[in-house]
Amino acid sequence: MHIQEELSQRHVLSLTVSNEAGMLARIAGLFTARGYNIDSLTVADITPDHGVSRITIVTNGPPKVIDQIIAQLDRLVSVHKVTDLTEAGPFVERELALVKVAGTGEDRIEALRLADVFRAKVVDTTIESFIFEITGTTEKVDNFVALMRQIGLVEVGRTGVVGLIRGKEPV
Amino acid sequence: MAEKSGADILVQCLVDLGVEVVFGYPGGAVLPIYDALYNHPTIKHVLVRHEQGATHMAEGYARSTGKPGVVLVTSGPGATNAVTGITDALLDSIPMIVITGQVPTQLIGTDAFQEADTVGITRHCSKHNYLVKDPAKLAGIVHEAFHIATTGRPGPVVVDIPKNVQIATAPFIKPGPVQHASYRPQVKADAAGIDAAVEMLAAAERPILYTGGGVINSGPRATELLRELAAMTGSPVTSTLMGLGAFPATSDQWVGMLGMHGTYEANWAMNQADLIIAIGARFDDRVTGRLDAFAPNSRKVHIDIDRSSINKIIDVDVAVVADVASALEDMIALWKQRGHEKSDLSAWWDRIDGWRTKKSLSYPEDGKEIMPQRAIADLYQATRATGKDVIITTEVGQHQMWAAQHFGFDEPNKWLTSGGLGTMGYGFPAAIGAQMGNPDSLTICIAGDASIQMNIQEMGTATQYRLPVKIFILNNEYMGMVRQWQELTYESRYSNSYSDSLPDFVKLGEAYGWTGIRIEGPDDLEAGIRRMIETPGPVIVDCRVAKLSNCFPMIPSGAAHTDMLLDPRQIEGVMSDEAKALV
Repeated sequence: MHIQEELSQRHVLSLTVSNEAGMLARIAGLFTARGYNIDSLTVADITPDHGVSRITIVTNGPPKVIDQIIAQLDRLVSVHKVTDLTEAGPFVERELALVKVAGTGEDRIEALRLADVFRAKVVDTTIESFIFEITGTTEKVDNFVALMRQIGLVEVGRTGVVGLIRGKEPV
Repeated sequence: MAEKSGADILVQCLVDLGVEVVFGYPGGAVLPIYDALYNHPTIKHVLVRHEQGATHMAEGYARSTGKPGVVLVTSGPGATNAVTGITDALLDSIPMIVITGQVPTQLIGTDAFQEADTVGITRHCSKHNYLVKDPAKLAGIVHEAFHIATTGRPGPVVVDIPKNVQIATAPFIKPGPVQHASYRPQVKADAAGIDAAVEMLAAAERPILYTGGGVINSGPRATELLRELAAMTGSPVTSTLMGLGAFPATSDQWVGMLGMHGTYEANWAMNQADLIIAIGARFDDRVTGRLDAFAPNSRKVHIDIDRSSINKIIDVDVAVVADVASALEDMIALWKQRGHEKSDLSAWWDRIDGWRTKKSLSYPEDGKEIMPQRAIADLYQATRATGKDVIITTEVGQHQMWAAQHFGFDEPNKWLTSGGLGTMGYGFPAAIGAQMGNPDSLTICIAGDASIQMNIQEMGTATQYRLPVKIFILNNEYMGMVRQWQELTYESRYSNSYSDSLPDFVKLGEAYGWTGIRIEGPDDLEAGIRRMIETPGPVIVDCRVAKLSNCFPMIPSGAAHTDMLLDPRQIEGVMSDEAKALV
C-alpha cells in the first residue's frame, strides 16, 4: 500500500483575531493537529489599543481542505473574521526580504545592477557585501534570491506574505 | 469596595451560575479554592479517586441533566489526568468547565513542583481555555467560560488559575450577560436553507431523517420537534450512537441505529434514500462506511450548529447552520404554511419492511451459555417493568454496541456513552455523575470486564456518597471488540486481547461495601437482574456470557453500507492493507 496525495491550490487567508496570549499557538496548532499546510504566517497587532491582530496565512490544499481550514479557523473562539483573499477578489500581496550577498569586483557591480532592476534597496554595505531590502510578491522575491544565489548569496530573511483586498472597502 | 480573594470570587461565580455539584480532587495548587468550598451551603463537592473519574462524572452529570458539569483539579498531574475526559467531552460536545490549579505566576515556566503547561496541553482538546493572571479578571472569565461551554456546539472549557491569583484580592462585581467580541454562534438558520430543505422533503419519495447527538444537545424542545417532523412527513428515522433516545425506539418509524454496528434496514435505507436530512449528526466514519459508496443517489440536507461539520466528510446539497430546535421549528412552520401534506411513502416503507425481515439483530442461542445480547434484552425488559426512570451508561467495546442495539431508548438524556473518543473507563464514572444529578433514577453502567477496570477505583466514590449505581458487567474474559477485529483481520491471532488475572468482581464489590452478584448461566439471568434492581445501594454484577460471541451486524472498515456482515460465517479472517489501515 502507498499513501496517495491530492492536488493542492495556494490560498492566502487573512484573519483578524483578539490579541491575546496563546493566540498564535492556537492557529499554528490547529494546522498541525488537522494536518494542514502553512507556507507562511505573519502576525502583528493592527489597532491603536493593541486589541486586534491581523494574521496572514499562505496555505495550500485541495478546495475541500481549504473550505475546512476556513471553517475550523472561524470556529476558534478568539477569531473575529476569516477571509480567503484568493477567493474574495483581486488583492495585493507583498512580502519583504533582507538578502545578504557577498562578493568583490564584477560580482558587486552585477549585484547592484540586478537590485536596481528589482527595485531592491541597499540597507547595509561593507567592502565585500551588501544587504538588500526587497518587497514584492513571493514570486518576485524568489526570483531575486535565485539570481543572487548565482552571485554570492550568504543568507536570506523573509517576512512571509501580508495581503489586503483592492478597493476602498475593508475585507 | 470590599475585595474578595480569587478563590472566593470563583466560588461566588459558581453559585451565581447555578452550580450545585463539583467533581474534584484537592492538591497543593487548589488548596485556597478547597478552603473556600469548605462546608459550603449550596455547592456539593464529590471527591473522586482519580481526576479522569471527575471529568467523566461531570460528563455524565451534564448529559443526563442538560446542565454543564464542573470539575476542579490541581496543577500538574491533576490537570494531565483530566486530559482524557476533556478530550472525550470535546469529541462528544459535552458542556463542561474544568478548573485547574496552577503554580503561582512567578513560578510559571520554571519547572516548579507539579507544574505542567495546562493551557498548552489542553489547547487542542478543549473548546477554549484560559490562564487567569489577575483576580480582577477572574469573574468575567468564569462567566465567559460557562457561556462558551454551554452555547453553540457545547464543549469543555478549561480555566487555569495560579495559586497566587486564588489568594490575591480584587474588587468583585457580578458580571452581566456575556458580550463576546468574536464568539457568536449562529442559532437561527438562513431562510433560504430552510426553504430548500422543506421543498426537498415535500418532494422526496425515499426520505430518511438521520439524527445525532446534536438533537439531544439542543434540548428537550428539539426532541419534541423531531417527533413532530417525523409524524408530519411519515419519514423513517435513524440515529447515530450519540443520538439514541432523541426519537423513541418504540415508534414504528424507528429503523434503528445506523453505521458500523447499525441495523440492516437503517443502513440500506440510508444507501437507497433519495433525501437524507442530517440533523445534529456529523457523518462520522463509523456512520458513513466507504465514502464513495455512501448514499450514492441521495440529495442531502445538513442541519448543524457547527459550520465546520458541514462538507467536512460528505458534500451536501443544502447547508443549514443553526441550532437543531430553531431549524426544526422553522421547517415545521414553513411546511404548514405551504400546506404540504404527508406524501405517500408506502412503496418506500415496503422496501424498508423487506429489509427488516432480515432481522439483523438476531443472534443464536444454545441455552447453555448466556448470549450477551440476551443479557441486554432481559435487562431492558426488567428495567422497563419497574416503571422507574432508567439511565444507562456504557464503557467502550462490544458490550457498548450490544447495549445500543438491544436496549431501547424512548427519551433523550438517558443514554450516556463515549462515542467520538471511544474512552474505555467512561461509563462507570459517568453513571456516578448521572446518579448525582438524578438521585431517584435507576442508573446502570453496562460494562465489559476489561473496560470496567479502567476506572474501577471510583467504587469508593459511590460508596462514600451513598450512590445506588449498578454495574452490569458482560464478562467474556476478553477485550471483546479487539478480539473480534483480530478475528476479522488477523486470522484470529489474539494478540494481548485476553483478560488474564481478572479480579473476583463480587468480592471486589464487597470490599468496597457494595453488593456483589454473579450470574453464571441462563437460568440465573432473570433472577440476577431482578436482584440487582431490587437491591438498594450500589451493586456490581458479574454476568458470565458466551466468551467468543461477536457483534453483528457489522460493516467492516472501508466497506459500503450494502456490504454488511450479518453473521460470523461471513468472516474471512483476512483484509487488504487498505482496509487494515482504516480505524
